[in-house]
Amino acid sequence: MPGGAGRRFGKEDNVNIVACVKQVPDTEAQIKVKGDGSGIEEGGIKWVMNPYDEFGVEEALKLKEKLGGDVTIVSVGPARTMETVRTALAMGAEKGIQIDDPALYNTDAYATAEALAAAIKGIPYDIIFCGQRAIDDDSAQVGSILAELLGIPQVTFVTKLEINGTAVKATRPIEGASVVVETSLPCVITATKGLNEPRYASLPGIMKAKKKPVDMKKAADLGVSGAAKAKVVKFAPPPARPPGKIICADDTPEGKAAELAKLLREEAKVI
Amino acid sequence: MAKGVWIVAEQRDGALRKVSFELASTARKLADQLGDEVAAVLCGSGVEAMAAELGKYGVDKVYVADNPALEPYTTDAHAAAVAKVVKENDPAILLVAASAQGKDLAPSVVGKLATGMATDCTDVKIDGGKLVAVRPMYAGKCFGEVVIDTFPQMASLRPNVFTIVECAKAGAVVKFDAGLGEAKTKVAEIQKEASGKIDVAEANIIVSGGRGMKGPEGYGILEELAALLGAAVGASRAAVDAGWRPQSDQVGQTGKVVSPNLYIACGISGAIQHLAGMSSSKYIAAINKDPEAPIFARADYGVVDDLFKVVPALTQEVKKLLA
Repeated sequence: MPGGAGRRFGKEDNVNIVACVKQVPDTEAQIKVKGDGSGIEEGGIKWVMNPYDEFGVEEALKLKEKLGGDVTIVSVGPARTMETVRTALAMGAEKGIQIDDPALYNTDAYATAEALAAAIKGIPYDIIFCGQRAIDDDSAQVGSILAELLGIPQVTFVTKLEINGTAVKATRPIEGASVVVETSLPCVITATKGLNEPRYASLPGIMKAKKKPVDMKKAADLGVSGAAKAKVVKFAPPPARPPGKIICADDTPEGKAAELAKLLREEAKVI
Repeated sequence: MAKGVWIVAEQRDGALRKVSFELASTARKLADQLGDEVAAVLCGSGVEAMAAELGKYGVDKVYVADNPALEPYTTDAHAAAVAKVVKENDPAILLVAASAQGKDLAPSVVGKLATGMATDCTDVKIDGGKLVAVRPMYAGKCFGEVVIDTFPQMASLRPNVFTIVECAKAGAVVKFDAGLGEAKTKVAEIQKEASGKIDVAEANIIVSGGRGMKGPEGYGILEELAALLGAAVGASRAAVDAGWRPQSDQVGQTGKVVSPNLYIACGISGAIQHLAGMSSSKYIAAINKDPEAPIFARADYGVVDDLFKVVPALTQEVKKLLA
């Protein structure tokens, strides 16, 4: 890793990589709202690493393998989140920071980013990876707010990344086009599908991960309150859809197609 | 005291995007309830002439930053400009598009203003003088009502969900200096996809195919129907993971969450993560040969048959109807 113009803390000739991860319900999980609308039922949910964070971790590991350096995993979440931090360590990251404090449970994106920023300020960093969004609250804000709080540039929804020295070239899709953005380290990259194919943790990786250091932090250690500015005051199941109809018509594909076209035109009025 | 309902107007290639009118119409509705004005922030180069058009949809004032450094869009320049003018004027509410650009811009503005935001909302209303934003969470497996304790109360609105209403207002231009520092990011290149391609996130109609399409060549019949309907072609995760369709077409919890007027699911069984991504469509039609496919439980209209026969026949029928 040459040069140091854009680098905050790095001393050795390697790159300091941070990847932020969140533990979320698996995509196959049914989400049930609590009777009083105060949240979701967590019982029976299978918890996994947020799929977009997996792309971030994979890119962090690829970068480390190319340039040398180490990868620190940072996560905010309750005790179960340790499993996700260990998964990232088993994939090949060196160490972790887990921020576990009830003040931060179910808080908003700003408070989460504040906690992450406070933790990351205490370690060397050249590049920080986040998922473009977590598939639970779908806020898609943490990576950008983190960049603002650290005062460094960001590129979001990245599908291709090239690093040369401190120069960063990142490709991001927009409607009908791809934009190639140039910036420099240190920066925040939010990963989306297409960036890479995340590796699975190997068995030796899983064994090694058990001994890797994970630093535990509370909100007070980081000087943050965890107080949310945006609050979800009520959770509700999605509005029920009226029962649909199965089109039989004269039982030929052509007859069914004609009936469907007619219904879309005359009843639904959408074509 | 924070006052006024503001929007960030989105423009690209010299024209306002449709979502800007959705934002303006929605802001007008909220402002009328509050007895406030609607203002828009418009950033770019040579954009002043667009202000009048925003006036047609209920915008009283348009704060314009006209600067070559704001074209093409970059996160740091636009977020700095928006945050500056918002700080100077202290609006109560700030609405942004949950488009590709808005999703990039909005959280950066949140960071600069140290406020809260509800992302990708499908409804917004006023209750007790405060914004209440309704948004799908877990890709639509549940909905949350969000209130924000700081100003501006920010919400990004899902494109294509909010109604456009004409309402002539002044659209008076107020120029402001974006106060830009040294650019931290720049756009090296914009690679356009084939012209005319409609993004699934913005489409009124989506014709979507899954594993039942059997291979990339199967999508020809969907392309044909989509072209006729002015629709986008979407895909399930299975189809994208198999390499049949580009990632940008994926609908579902790990792809795009969409709310078109009509979603036609072809050969999609309806995995829960896919259903989550499209269940807020106004109408859903499903074509699948398996009568037990979970997609039928969500569909307004179901056709149990071979899609390779039904879709071309449907295309012919639609041709007749549109003739």
